[in-house]
Amino acid sequence: MDSTEKSEEQIEILLSDALEIYGYDFTGYSRASLKRRIMRLYVLDNFVSFAEFRYKIRADPGYFKRFLEQITINVTEMFRDPQFYKALRKEVLPKLGTYPFIRIWIAGCSTGEEAYSVSILLKELNFLKKSLIYATDINSTVLENAAQAMIPLNKMKQYSENYIASGGSENFSDYYSANYSLAKLNDDLRAKIIFSTHNLVSENSFNEFQLILCRNVIIYFDRQLQAKVFELFDNSLEKFGYLALGSKETLDFSTISKKYKRLDAEKIWRKIT
Amino acid sequence: MEHCDAFIIGGSAGSLDVLLKVFPLLNSFLSFPIIIVLHRKRGTDNLLTTLLSSKTNLPLRELEEKEIIEPSTIYIAPSDYHLLIENNRSFSLDASEKINFSRPSIDVIFYSAAEVYKENLVCLLLSGSNNDGIEGLKKVKENGGKAIIQNPLSAAVPFMPAQAALNVNIDKVLEIEDIADYINQLSENERKY
Repeated sequence: MDSTEKSEEQIEILLSDALEIYGYDFTGYSRASLKRRIMRLYVLDNFVSFAEFRYKIRADPGYFKRFLEQITINVTEMFRDPQFYKALRKEVLPKLGTYPFIRIWIAGCSTGEEAYSVSILLKELNFLKKSLIYATDINSTVLENAAQAMIPLNKMKQYSENYIASGGSENFSDYYSANYSLAKLNDDLRAKIIFSTHNLVSENSFNEFQLILCRNVIIYFDRQLQAKVFELFDNSLEKFGYLALGSKETLDFSTISKKYKRLDAEKIWRKIT
Repeated sequence: MEHCDAFIIGGSAGSLDVLLKVFPLLNSFLSFPIIIVLHRKRGTDNLLTTLLSSKTNLPLRELEEKEIIEPSTIYIAPSDYHLLIENNRSFSLDASEKINFSRPSIDVIFYSAAEVYKENLVCLLLSGSNNDGIEGLKKVKENGGKAIIQNPLSAAVPFMPAQAALNVNIDKVLEIEDIADYINQLSENERKY
């Protein structure tokens, strides 16, 4: 791919192929990041022409799966932004604990690290038994990974530090067993999580929740698509439920914002009407 | 280069001191935005923004994703996200893998800005100890923009600007005390149009 304008045109062609052939709609995605990911994949997989790249994507569903996996961002951590998890632990989850049954949706869960972090919090607060976590992603490959509950052992040091910084006081290493270079998270943490594909762009609400976490997902959407996704969350959230976004994301520009009140320091909003 | 539509500063170890010296000397109106991308520990955003805003009369704030970029404003990129520019000249954030062990990566912002602002972009690379920013500066030059570095000889950590000098056709090498003048002058030139 060559000049800026030409490659931008070519990217639009690939995106319309993705919609037409596979039903994945990327038209509301922010272009700068998407373009960077597509160009990166083009170089990574050694394509010599745009025509060859396009043909591979159109004709080979297996390769489209890779395309999908590579152009969406799957970087995640356990207890990323420890202060956020502290707020979940201290303010949000205790309120939800008064319900007979807790339903949580983690939208854009990637390889599951957030879902397992929430599971640990629920366990420590003794709410795990009456909770159900729906963890969804556009991408079936990452969900297969997520369901394995295996995390590279070398990441656990950072996660353990995050956990402690988030106010955790248990022995973090009790939550997994080391298996060669992998940490296998305990089965009880996995038991209350349902991993499933869901496309925020094209699919509807599938349940009502008391807490929705969608962190570092809508930064990849333009304002119009963000507004649409906020409507979806609003339709999926009970009154007095909570919506949690990434540390640089906001509900402020959305039409639903007047129905919500933000918790003090973190990017967590409570539905008040 | 015809106009300056954006002035982007990338820096790593030893670059905060430079900004603290430069900011008080900037004019209180600039015809373009200044965008600052610094390597730093995550979670220190408010501290940095507060510290830097006390040193300038220009409006200075941490940028927000999808915010339309305005002139005469200093924007600070948040830690732990890559920064990109959209064609409509707004900011986008991206939480993907680190580049050159860095997030934000200076290469990512220089590269992305070069595609949008083309010949109307000036990028300045300051003190630092890794290779981040070099590929980005190459792209800036390819697209007709200007690549400037802090003089490695007087940089607290010379490696980064020195690597740029070795690998990129640099337009100008600036001493710390000349950076503000250079920026002010760029803006004055714009006003003559």
